[in-house]
Amino acid sequence: MALDIVVTSTSSDSHTWNLVFLQLLLEESGHRVISLGACVPDAVLLQTTQQRRPDLIVISSVNGHGRQDGLRVIRALRACPQLAATPVVIGGKLDTIGSEGDSADVDLIAAGFNGVFTDDVAAFRQYVELLARAGRDGRVGVG
Amino acid sequence: MSFGTSIARLAAGGCLVVQPRMGFADPRRMRTGLIATRDADAITAGTITVDSYTRVGDDRSVHRALAAGENLNGYPIVGHGPAVTRAVLDGVAGPDFPVQVRHGSADPRHIVAAMIAAGLDATEGGPVSYCLPYSRMPLRQAVDNWAYTCELLAEVPAAHLETFGGCMMGQLCPPALLIALSVLEGLFFHQHGLRSMSFSYAQQTSPAQDDEAVAALARLVAELLPDVQTHLVVYTYMGVFPRTRSGASRLLAESARLAVRGGAARLIVKTTAEAFRIPTIAENVAALACAAAAARAEQPAEQGAGPATDTAIYAQARAIIDAVLETSTDVGKALVTSFARGYLDVPYCLHPDNAGRTRGCLDASGWLRWQRIGALPIRDSADLITGATMTSTELLTALSYMEKIYDAPILEGVHAR
Repeated sequence: MALDIVVTSTSSDSHTWNLVFLQLLLEESGHRVISLGACVPDAVLLQTTQQRRPDLIVISSVNGHGRQDGLRVIRALRACPQLAATPVVIGGKLDTIGSEGDSADVDLIAAGFNGVFTDDVAAFRQYVELLARAGRDGRVGVG
Repeated sequence: MSFGTSIARLAAGGCLVVQPRMGFADPRRMRTGLIATRDADAITAGTITVDSYTRVGDDRSVHRALAAGENLNGYPIVGHGPAVTRAVLDGVAGPDFPVQVRHGSADPRHIVAAMIAAGLDATEGGPVSYCLPYSRMPLRQAVDNWAYTCELLAEVPAAHLETFGGCMMGQLCPPALLIALSVLEGLFFHQHGLRSMSFSYAQQTSPAQDDEAVAALARLVAELLPDVQTHLVVYTYMGVFPRTRSGASRLLAESARLAVRGGAARLIVKTTAEAFRIPTIAENVAALACAAAAARAEQPAEQGAGPATDTAIYAQARAIIDAVLETSTDVGKALVTSFARGYLDVPYCLHPDNAGRTRGCLDASGWLRWQRIGALPIRDSADLITGATMTSTELLTALSYMEKIYDAPILEGVHAR
């Protein structure tokens, strides 16, 4: 199933090559992508996703504030009833010290993210593929 | 002594002033970083890089992070206030060690006010170069913000402003457009009262093409801003950086040689940590020394010799600048109109005010070329590469082109001169 996906940076992150790449990657797999670009305020992300009700929200951040921004954003997203069950993942370089796959990921998952991908595109693709298959079986948004 | 005059004096006799990107939340660490920069084995300028919460005006997140002792990716110059910043600079900044504030903001009014209050006179950016790649702010609004900022800054005697136009997107923007934007932002600064400025150009993927580009930039600055104190500033490659220490150092050295050949006074360096994280003070100091050593071993191009190649970078940049200036005598309005018409259109830029009809790509020999020019007024001189637009895999290949070359030991020396 083709998914409707919103790709976004965080409010403080000005990097966009990660977004350009993700959009191309997801479109090549047949998904429909809306890219919100650089420095997306939380309010813009909330408004866009509440209106469009995407099948997946992809937050990509490489400026080192990803953990802090990600924790704030996911709480805001999960607080919206329409988005409480929407799959939301985050990836990139999430802090200023280059840590990977450590306990901080657990915090992000505990706060409501469905996946955390630090520089692991293969794992991200696999996740999206599984989600698309689950969607075909009518289970998107349940887990 | 002002930043512009200090740089001119330090660079006299062909020396290259090297400068890091550096910013820490903790004022003591910021001061330590500035002192280490000053004392590096190189002629240096200092940097205070502002954190990205301050950049977007999110003061609440700054205060929350400072109160919680969390890391920030730069120095919160507004949050700390002028007294703290003066203490950071006291006895460190001076005529032999000028300091520039770097921020990346489409609305830097609060940052520039804080900087001036702390006694600093130099910063960088521009209405286009700090709006389109880094924000969602409408260009028209960024132009107004920057007009105000320039006029505020121009009240400081001999204040200096560097355009970031030559660094747009970091990679895959062909040099002619980088240079045109650099010069157009300089003209905008001039219209709003500034008389000391520097013009940036970021190292791209081909040394020969970069030589031609820097020469074209110098020529355009001399032609269009003759009454201004100016210098050129080269940026070490801003795209995906080599992961090996030797590859990163060689790419840095190549950029220092480009700066010297092109007659640039200043170089903004990258470090061996660039591929992984924000560099430490020690990594920055090592990069400054490495760049300075490479610069000392290179000779400037002969005066008046002109670049070895002419692939119409000057002609394209001039055509773009002329077309933009024809739309209005007000440079700010001309920039807004020209983006709306596609006379200016930055490849791969996602900003809503960018037409997004242009594409840059790399040819087989590593030259950065146009694949699509949209409505850019360069149809006469642009030599297009045709073909299907890039896939995600091809994009990654293009983005990591320099990393691959400089990380491959078997190709050692290919880009050396």
